[in-house]
Amino acid sequence: MSGRTAAERVALARHPGRPGTADYIAALCTDFFEQKGDRQCREDPAILGGVALFHGRPVTVLGHRKGKNLEENLKCNFGMPGPEGYRKARRMMEQAEKFRRPIFTFLDTPGAYPGVEAEARGQGEAIARNLAVMSALTVPVICVVTGEGNSGGALAIGVGNTVLMLENAVYSVLSPEGFASILWKDAARAEEACGIMKLTAEDLLAAGVIDGILPEPEGGAHTAPQSVFRTVDEALCRALEGWKRQSGSFLAAQRYKKFRAMGDPAGKRERA
Amino acid sequence: MNGVFAKRRQHLLALKAMRDGQSSHLARSAPCPRCGETVPRRELVQARHVCPKCGYHYPIGAYHRLSLLLDAGSFRELDERLTSRDPFHFPGYAGKLDESRARTGLSEAVVTAVGAVEGRKTAVGVLDSRFFMGSMSAAVGEKVTRLIEYAGKNKLPLILFSASGGARMQEGILSLMQMAKTAAALERFSRKGGFYISVLTDPTTGGVTASFASLGDITLAEPGALVGFAGPRVIQQTIGQTLPEGFQRAEYLEEHGFVDAVVPRAQMRETLARLLKLHGKGEKP
Repeated sequence: MSGRTAAERVALARHPGRPGTADYIAALCTDFFEQKGDRQCREDPAILGGVALFHGRPVTVLGHRKGKNLEENLKCNFGMPGPEGYRKARRMMEQAEKFRRPIFTFLDTPGAYPGVEAEARGQGEAIARNLAVMSALTVPVICVVTGEGNSGGALAIGVGNTVLMLENAVYSVLSPEGFASILWKDAARAEEACGIMKLTAEDLLAAGVIDGILPEPEGGAHTAPQSVFRTVDEALCRALEGWKRQSGSFLAAQRYKKFRAMGDPAGKRERA
Repeated sequence: MNGVFAKRRQHLLALKAMRDGQSSHLARSAPCPRCGETVPRRELVQARHVCPKCGYHYPIGAYHRLSLLLDAGSFRELDERLTSRDPFHFPGYAGKLDESRARTGLSEAVVTAVGAVEGRKTAVGVLDSRFFMGSMSAAVGEKVTRLIEYAGKNKLPLILFSASGGARMQEGILSLMQMAKTAAALERFSRKGGFYISVLTDPTTGGVTASFASLGDITLAEPGALVGFAGPRVIQQTIGQTLPEGFQRAEYLEEHGFVDAVVPRAQMRETLARLLKLHGKGEKP
């Protein structure tokens, strides 16, 4: 693994040419049928998802969508979903459970959208409900952080049995700009924030938050997307192979235990 | 014998509640932050720290709130010593934790307890905004999760008073993961028939709003409480416009369908007791 700084990885994770959810779905799946709308108020293109075949087997795939050019960026709100996007994701995941399909999610967002309408329609409630529902799903859930996974806006589709990260992807409580602005009231110190935020794949593996790191080509995922697709394809196959023989209740229990164990500051000593 | 212990517990809570009052900015009579009226301190305490002039609900300490809510002698604290460990050795964090502990007398930003509300045994958690803005550390997530599990195991109803600036930045990704942890615990609790009342107090934002605070079977809010996912400053910066009047306040949330009732502090205890009764929860001795 190359010795890049955290700030360099953040830049790579945000590279405009970096493969996104739409690319992964196109490369890894066939017969994709996109599902739109939250059935309550709106279609939110910042989340892309639907049903597809993965090696001939039906799966539900979904992820954040940033768009490939300015027009698409604007339409997708630069990958920042509103509550409608999260509710659409929940609808797809509940259907996946109903039809016993495994779920793949791809995380790549600057965060949930901070806007007046998003708040009026319950951004917090939408994310909270996703976390609760995902935690108890009885089908395999495999998540891949492909770009930048920022804040609750990323985690809202990230409660998986297996959580993987691309080598140059980052995953953190907030964007480095937001972090710097909260801690030091100065968003311009974002690069400094990157250094202390522990947001690289290696940091997260060490903290027990992710299960594995997927290597990228030397120059980053955008320099040789085909090889990244192969890597992700193999990783998804491997993870799925491990979960497919498990019962629904085992899968829900495994996911619960996994997240239950994160950040117990007491450890065993005070628990006893 | 039981009576003696109950009396001691009552004294302990009373002392801790008193310390809440002393260590906060409320120690001297000061003008109300909303209407500017200076209310004599004694009068303010009698009014449960609600401005008699304009109805502004002052933030209050966790023990103080528990003393207003729980029956005399019923308070028993859980996981009192569980506290943050500075998992990433974040520069300056350990010192700031010590300072906050000394200043507030709290070990973390949440106090969890069992107690009785008008005779009904209940698991209660109260976040305290004086400790790191009530932000979600791994210890806060752990204490809340243990409380939920305790309520589930002992078939108790659960009440959580939220007040939080969001994630504990210094604990990074582990802070974020507490959202999933607490939400997962509540989902389990709920599927087993557990009854959970979420009470939103000023301010509740970020990761707490986007996890346990938004998952109540019943959601109440104190008047005027600011509740949202993104804070108003961030939204203002993003959209570059002034925000609508009353935006993200308790009454706004009620109007938009995210709160069952806005309940003044003076009626909170009675309202919670009635809800417990309506749901047949909390064993009556």
